[in-house]
Parts: sequence; C-alpha cells; structure tokens
Amino acid sequence: MTDGAALRRTPLYEAHRAAGGRMVAFAGWEMPVQYAGLVEEHLAVRTRVGLFDVSHMGEVLIEGPRALEAVQRLITNDARRLAVGQGLYTPMCNPAGGVIDDLTLFRTADQEYLLIVNAGTHANDLSWIQEHAAPAVVRDLSDGVALLALQGPMAEAVLSAASGTGLAALPPFHRLEGVHVGGVPVAVTRTGYTGEDGFEIASRWDAAPRVWEALTEAGRPHGLVPVGLGARDTLRLEAGMMLYGQDIDETTSPLEAPLAWTVKFDKEEFIGRPALEQQRREGVARRLVGFEADGRAIPRHGCAIFVAGERAGTVTSGTFSPSLRRPIGMGYVPRGTSAPGVGLQIEVRGAPVPARVVKLPFYRRAQGPTEDPTER
Amino acid sequence: MFPTDRRYSRDHEWAQKENGRVRIGITSFAAERLSDVVFVELPKAGAEVRAGQAFGAIESVKAASDLYAPVSGSVVEINQAVVERPETINQDPHGEAWMVVIAMSVPEEWNHLLDAEAYEALVGAEQT
Repeated sequence: MTDGAALRRTPLYEAHRAAGGRMVAFAGWEMPVQYAGLVEEHLAVRTRVGLFDVSHMGEVLIEGPRALEAVQRLITNDARRLAVGQGLYTPMCNPAGGVIDDLTLFRTADQEYLLIVNAGTHANDLSWIQEHAAPAVVRDLSDGVALLALQGPMAEAVLSAASGTGLAALPPFHRLEGVHVGGVPVAVTRTGYTGEDGFEIASRWDAAPRVWEALTEAGRPHGLVPVGLGARDTLRLEAGMMLYGQDIDETTSPLEAPLAWTVKFDKEEFIGRPALEQQRREGVARRLVGFEADGRAIPRHGCAIFVAGERAGTVTSGTFSPSLRRPIGMGYVPRGTSAPGVGLQIEVRGAPVPARVVKLPFYRRAQGPTEDPTER
Repeated sequence: MFPTDRRYSRDHEWAQKENGRVRIGITSFAAERLSDVVFVELPKAGAEVRAGQAFGAIESVKAASDLYAPVSGSVVEINQAVVERPETINQDPHGEAWMVVIAMSVPEEWNHLLDAEAYEALVGAEQT
C-alpha cells in the first residue's frame, strides 16, 4: 500500500510513528491517516482539541512593489482590503474559470503576500504563479516551513498556555508573528479545516518537533490527541469545506461550487473573470450540493446520482458523519434539482440509496469565532 | 497473535471449520485497518458464494471494502447481530462478529487457506 521510496516525509515523521500513527501515501508524502482511530480523533476535535501535521502543504511568497497587483490577477477574492496580518480564503482560477487551487492568503508585510497551497497542486501552482506574477517576485518557502493545525474548542487555551501569549483577541483569518512555542518562533493564524475554532502554526521545518511536543504537553490536561488525514477529511466534510481534486478542480467553477462569495466582480481584472461573468449572467448548469442519505450504506466519491430515475450527477465526497451518525456527502447536480429537500437516489454497489439535498454545512459549531465573518 | 483453531485467506477473512460447515469473519488485522466499522452488508441465507469472490461489503467511516469468500458453498446462516451492531467487528472480530456460516461445496479449497503462522507472516509483510 505504501511505497516509501518515492515519498517525502515531514519533520514529524518520527513523532507520528511514536504516537502510533499509521502512515499512508498522500499527494507524494508519507502522512498519518489515523492514530487511535478516526471517530475518536474526530470527536476529540469537536469536543476538545486535536493536533494535525499539515507540513505537506506549500507556502509561496509573492513580494515586491507590484505584489498586490499580481495577487489580484491570480485570485478571484479581493486582497486589496487586507491590512498587514489579515488573510482570506480564495480560489485561483484558469481562464475558463476552472479552479487551479483553493488556498489561504495572508498579507505578511506591506508588499508581501503568503499563499498556503495544497500539497497535490503545489508544483503546478508554483509554475502558474511564476508565469503570471511578474514583475512581482515569487519565492517558494515550502521546504523551510512546517505547519501544524491545532483545532477544537480548547485550541485557544492550549496555544495560549504553550506560548504564554493570550490569543483570545486574535480574530479569524488574522495572523500573529513573534509568538514562541517550545522556545521556537512561530507565526500563528486563526484558521483551519475542521469547522471548529483553531489555529495553524508555522515554524522552521527542522524545529517542528519541538513545537509539536510543546503543544502535546500543553494539551495533555485538555485531552489533546493527534489527528490524522482520515478525521481531517470527515471534519472538513461535515463543515461543508471543499477538498481540492475531489469537490473542485480545473473543470469546476467557484460559482458551481458554493464559493460564489469568494468571487469579487467589483474588483479589477483577474484570470478567469470573463468566463465567470458569463456563468453568472447565464446561470450555471450544475451546482455542488450537500446530501444526507438514509440507511447505513455510504455513497462515496464517484457514485452515480439519479433524480427521478435519470442520471443527474456524481458524488464528489461521501462519508459516514461521526457527529450526525449518518451518511453525508456532496456532489454536482443540475441547477433545477439543487434545492434543499430534492430527493436523490445514489447508486451504492448497484443498489439505489435514497438521499436528499440539504443545506451546507452539515455541522456548525455553537459559538465562537467563525471562518471569516466579513465574507460569509 | 491469531487464533490457531482456524485458517485464513489472503483477503483477511478467517474460516473456522464446524462439521463440514465453515464459519467466516474478518481478522483483527482487517478490522484494525478499517477502523470504525459502521455498516455490514451480508448475503441472504441460501445464497451461493464462490471462493475469492465478493459475498458482501463492509463500510467503515473511511472506506468501503468487499468481503471475499474464503471457500465456495451455500450460506446456511448469517449473523443478524453483527448487521445490527457493526461496531462489534472492531470489538471482537474473531468471536462475536462472525459474519456467515457456509456449507462447503469444494472441500479441498480448505487446503488453500493459510494457517495462523503463515497468515501472521503475510500480515507482518503488509504492516508498515
């Protein structure tokens, strides 16, 4: 299952093995898929706090006097409003309006923007960005930057304890430098991929084990557990977040996905704008919707969706929701059958499973900082 | 590590002989790999199964996997309790969470199955 030879390892590989992590191949990396068990890890993040290694993700810096201009050309969201230390979530589109990647972006200095990109798209993103950012300067920092995610209702308490820095006042999608964890300087952002409050913590590559250890130690009284890719996927799906390569890709547009809020037509030109304007004018033919299924058979990626006996689309993501205790998923269906309540039949192992369109997200936490209150 | 009172398939099912009938389940290795089983789909009593072919499916939160028959024959009994409480597959895969009992139609297929020692070696090779 795992071909170790060609795979890269993060600086936390040994820590994962020591914590009982089962390592699998993911986007060219050897990553932990689970430790104690997927559901246990999932519920720990929902009720307490979990620690993830996301060092496989890429970090690309765009800098120079014309950095903002380059960023604005590359993304569909609007970076002009960002003060230093603020960030946003955005697709990066091709000229046809297809999504090259979805990423978070932070303004890290007056003329400097940091993009956090998916591991699987990193190489492709980098060449696309280099091609279109000139005359701004592009630097790939990925080999030198490790990234951890600390997620869950106790994340703030754990990170504040580990860093000796009060983080209650750090708003969502804001970034704070000059924090120290385990004696290591880190940059902290209030972001995540779970639907819970939480932080992503960047450090120097080789110092990451000290950060991991300090967070694990500070998290002990709060029941912190390490969390693998398995629970990362169920957590983000419950939160209605997109998985690049599955829910969105170069053949899908942000207007078909529930990402219209990330496309800002009131800003200057950007790559993909004419195609997206046309889609907006004419209306999209299909939409990515959430569904809940009956029974226990789980519609998964690739399963065919039918409406009234007619093939309507395909499941992009599907799982058993540990929070809702039922099968949930997402898939593209024709716009006319995309309203909540529409009945679907999804083929699982040759048999139709009844399902219905529901509003995203499947899970929303009770209170606390949201993803980005100015945008949703 | 694995009980010696039964044999094993390379697809991670166990088979226990009882008077020409064979009780079948998945191994603790398979159960641990799947993690968090939430659903089991079993054939109806009377169904014919063939060695090496899928006779049912098992869903964990993470993935769906087929269940492969270690021997050919007809299904004479199914474990309704495991259908109702699939989590027992993670709790007691070699005992309470048996899946079906098969009346063998090709008795010599039994000899193709692995003993506990050979199965343990197979699993050792697959472990990362």
